[in-house]
Amino acid sequence: MTGLSNMTERKNLWPWLLLTPLAVFLVVFFVVPLIDVAVMSFTEPRLTFANYERALTGTLYQKVFINTFLTAGFVTLCCLLVGYPLAYLMSVSSQRTAMLILLLVTMSFWTSFLVRTYAWMVLLGTNGPLVWLFQAVGITNPPQLLFTRFSSTLAMVHILAPYMIMNIYSVMRKIDPVLVRSAESLGARGGSLLRHVYLPLTAPGIANGCVLVFVICLGFYVTPVLLGSPREQMIAGLIGTQLDEFLAFGMGSALAMVLLVFTMVILTIYHRHFGLDKLWG
Amino acid sequence: MSYLDLKGINKSYGQFVALNDVNLSAAKGEFVTFLGPSGSGKTTTLMIIAGFEKATTGSVEIDGRPLQGLAPHERNIGIVFQNYGLFPHKTAAENVYFPLQMRSVKRAAGLKRAEEMLELVGLRDFGHRYPKELSGGQQQRVALARALVFEPSLLLLDEPLGALDKNLREQMQIEIKRIQRALGVTTIFVTHDQTEAMSMSDRIVVFEGGRINQVAAPLDLYHKPETRFVAGFIGESNLIEAVVTDPVARTASAAHLGEVEYAPTDKAKKGQGVTLMIRPEHMRLSRNPIEGRRNAQMKVETIVNYGDNALVIGKVGDLTMRVRVLGADVVIIKENQDCCISWTPDAVYLIAK
Repeated sequence: MTGLSNMTERKNLWPWLLLTPLAVFLVVFFVVPLIDVAVMSFTEPRLTFANYERALTGTLYQKVFINTFLTAGFVTLCCLLVGYPLAYLMSVSSQRTAMLILLLVTMSFWTSFLVRTYAWMVLLGTNGPLVWLFQAVGITNPPQLLFTRFSSTLAMVHILAPYMIMNIYSVMRKIDPVLVRSAESLGARGGSLLRHVYLPLTAPGIANGCVLVFVICLGFYVTPVLLGSPREQMIAGLIGTQLDEFLAFGMGSALAMVLLVFTMVILTIYHRHFGLDKLWG
Repeated sequence: MSYLDLKGINKSYGQFVALNDVNLSAAKGEFVTFLGPSGSGKTTTLMIIAGFEKATTGSVEIDGRPLQGLAPHERNIGIVFQNYGLFPHKTAAENVYFPLQMRSVKRAAGLKRAEEMLELVGLRDFGHRYPKELSGGQQQRVALARALVFEPSLLLLDEPLGALDKNLREQMQIEIKRIQRALGVTTIFVTHDQTEAMSMSDRIVVFEGGRINQVAAPLDLYHKPETRFVAGFIGESNLIEAVVTDPVARTASAAHLGEVEYAPTDKAKKGQGVTLMIRPEHMRLSRNPIEGRRNAQMKVETIVNYGDNALVIGKVGDLTMRVRVLGADVVIIKENQDCCISWTPDAVYLIAK
């Protein structure tokens, strides 16, 4: 009897044992530093709420927060507009074509972050192919492309679109084709088919994709810093500046905590309505 | 007066011929069943009528109007699919309202009409429920209401009862038939279940290998099958290979049975190889030969008891024979026992093909 109960106990412990390396890693490299940041936001340079006061009321910070949210929203919208038709195309294609599209879409995943960002610099730069194209069609004074909101948005959409596409695709693939056939037989076509049947059925995928893209975009650092306009900073960039240039660890930490809270709020709202567990398909 | 006409429909996928010269006419209000094993072409034909598949050649006409070139949404045909195809994000009433919505009927009026339709299919007060809150049979009724609410010119049912258990299926058979009669809608019902076909149809179209094998009323199909395939597919039967020996005396010679007299027919020619069909319920089982009937000695092998009746399977020589007996009679028979089976010439139906 004892042997048997020992066995089952050991069996129950087994999954937890497997989790240990990850748990240790997360505690050491994520939870502890996070607590450290939280503590710093109250104690640097001395014990105070001043950092939070400034983070929430300072005009610059407010502007950057608003700009961050607007940018994230816009990027999410662009990803949706690009991703939805592409995901649809994948869902109606043959298995092979769908895989090919998926491979092309996720190609940017396999490329390093920096390489991708620098590639955009080359493409959009003053001597880049795009400017050359402008000149070739007779536009002698092409608009500034690099280091603008346009370039950073474009690059972020490029990087984040796969999250959107894969989320929507995974939902679309599971839609019973009979539903679409039924709708057609009942008199629906084109626009009304999309509005009354297809969009509502794919709504979970849209919600997943949007939340994921939006949340990742909120904390984006490299791309906006390297490709964006210095006048239109995003919050992660501002935090970077606080730490790198002003060595204002308290202020930087407070901004980071505010961003974290905003993100948590968004995820909580999402969780209430859809369930976080569905976020990864 | 034919209402629905299928004219010379062929369908091939590359080398594979799915449908081979399918011709059919149905009268207005008729309940026609497409019956056949899977892959026989019945569903393909249905999908061609619905407009989801295109015939390689041939045409479909409703009321003299060809459907060629019309997309599914322009055909005004109601379809109930096997797994119902209800929209999970809409309530039952909204599902039924959907085809009206597509026809620009105002929401209030449309939902009222939907509720009336739900009441007709026996789902009064269920309008606010979502499909996942309904049982299989209830979902089935919603799908039926939805396919009928816009007064379609034709109703297509694609194995709609396949997912239901036996009792519910029988109940739905009666239900569908009642609603179909009440509305007088011309209906095509696809199934591979012959009892379903028998109990519901005005006429049955038997498909085999992409062709129509026979079109007949259920009882004609049962008693006068034109082909060996139909005889074997519809109900239980004893099919015996034989050669016609004397068309005048109506006798044919079969292995293990010898000379067998058959019912009057104009199809037999001397020396022709034919199939003789005797339904199990047209034979009698007894201890001793019965005078005035054709008797044969059978060794009982298996008794399949259904309660109210039993199927006794045994061998006459090497020939397997099936006899249906009433449940009360089965107690006198034991497996491995020798007994007597008998029939009259009327029960022996000759199939030339």
